[in-house]
Amino acid sequence: MYEKNGDRYYVVDGHMHYWNAAPDNWVPGAEQYAEGWIKCFHAYQGLGPAETHWTLEHFEKYSEEDLMKDVFEDGHVDVAVFQPTYLKEWYKEGFNTTERNALMGEKHPGKFVYNTRWDPRDGDEGLEVLRRNVERFGSKGCKLYSAEWNAGSRGWKLTDLAAYRYLEACQELGVKNIHVHKGPTIWPLDKDAFDVADVDHAATDFPGLNFIVEHVGLPRIEDFCFMATQEPNVYAGLAVVIGGLMHARPRFFAKVMGELLFWVGEDKMLFGSDYAIWEPKWQVEGFVDWEMPDAEEFSDYPRLGVAGKKKILGLNAARLYGIDVPAEYRLEPASSAA
Amino acid sequence: MTIAVTPRSRVADAGVLAALETVRDPELDEPITSLGFVAAYSLSADGNARVRLRLPTYFCAPNFAFLMVADAYDAVSALPGVRTTEVMLEDHFAADAINGGVAAQAGFAATFDGEAVGELAGLRADFLRKAVMAGTDQVCRPLLAAGTDPARLRTLTLGELPPSPPLRRLRQRRAELGLPAGDDAPLLIEPGTGQPVPADGVPLHLSRARITRVSIEANGSICRGMLRHRYDSPGQGEEEQ
Repeated sequence: MYEKNGDRYYVVDGHMHYWNAAPDNWVPGAEQYAEGWIKCFHAYQGLGPAETHWTLEHFEKYSEEDLMKDVFEDGHVDVAVFQPTYLKEWYKEGFNTTERNALMGEKHPGKFVYNTRWDPRDGDEGLEVLRRNVERFGSKGCKLYSAEWNAGSRGWKLTDLAAYRYLEACQELGVKNIHVHKGPTIWPLDKDAFDVADVDHAATDFPGLNFIVEHVGLPRIEDFCFMATQEPNVYAGLAVVIGGLMHARPRFFAKVMGELLFWVGEDKMLFGSDYAIWEPKWQVEGFVDWEMPDAEEFSDYPRLGVAGKKKILGLNAARLYGIDVPAEYRLEPASSAA
Repeated sequence: MTIAVTPRSRVADAGVLAALETVRDPELDEPITSLGFVAAYSLSADGNARVRLRLPTYFCAPNFAFLMVADAYDAVSALPGVRTTEVMLEDHFAADAINGGVAAQAGFAATFDGEAVGELAGLRADFLRKAVMAGTDQVCRPLLAAGTDPARLRTLTLGELPPSPPLRRLRQRRAELGLPAGDDAPLLIEPGTGQPVPADGVPLHLSRARITRVSIEANGSICRGMLRHRYDSPGQGEEEQ
């Protein structure tokens, strides 16, 4: 929770990680990829304020204590949503798996939401694992990397028949929040991995599910926005937007926020710090202080007020995940979202 | 890591830099020089050109990387007086494959045998269409700021507009796609078909042009930030933003 000028913000970090990318977890023979991946993440951290930069060594492997301090104690976060990323071809135990997240989270009841993952190419066995994960971790969401290259297959689409079986299972199991990674990708090499057309179709066919497009399709925000305007159950995940632009490129941050407010709207935007790429503290504080600039080039854009910031920082995600928000952090009934 | 500073002594070198200035990042629609992607270049007295390229991250999309290395190779090797050309992408997970494939003139699909199907012309065209939309915003915005009625934009032709670098660029991009780019061509066209924008479609068309430009420019600003984090020294011909 965060308080500024008498306004109280309930903060749900909709997108964060607990990874181990240190050399002890690198798969022999794939060291260059494991190292390249974490260095690439580390470079993104360079877009945040200098005083929040970590050494590469610390960034590769941070402790449970570091996370609890950075995210909850200092970072104003009330509930954090773990988004797993497996990458087992490069990292022996995975980069950050549902299991690793849950092992840590069970020591801190009420602090975390454990999302899981699936890949339609895993067939019936994968469906079984999904069911088990939901039973074991209570997952209400999942993170999907449709561009992941896997044993000769160059990615998949949400509209694949096999993926629809998983989406049906999600609907049945109450895994309501489907976070789809549409952002920087490595494989497949030739396809446009940012194409959001498959989300469009799946969102129409599964109106009971919510589709959160992570990184708002960066660098193709326009494709995402055109699609999101048509689908009531499509949301914008702001990880990278705030962390990558608000400090380093404030003018573009304002423009991207303006576009998202114009096309998607403040009821469908979710804060995510992308920790440990960026710490939530400066992002939450900076976002609460942020105002759309007055200059002419921003004059077309909607403004964002305190109520909108409350929704984006926590209330929207709380609604999707059924998180009980204390009364003093809720909006007045008249201005709350349906 | 450190990047060796290119000696600027040879006059002929200027030709290499000028050639590299014609090579664009297809996604960002900007020259690789101004983006800072040219680490170094040289041209020896006996006509051996060497170029070293660098990108913002180890995992930048290999399809775009391939296009930039191949285009740089083509642009430099077409220079008079250049006998051999070597373009080396550095610090990239697919550098060996890309450098080898371009040197062998193998094409993208053959370079990534089994991992890619088809060449990249379609991808390039997709991004040219985005560049046309972004360029439409660049040309229209000053007109709107000067009080031009949005509905009037629909009846304007390219020949009626005052010359400007953004207009020249918009015409070039449209011509590359085979879209109408002459004096009598309408300012507002659908980049997919070349058809004029219908009267009731103007506000949406302008909104799409605006967000496409914001998207490309925001992406470019992230790339610049990442590159600066990765390398201390500016690239050859780099322009700060």
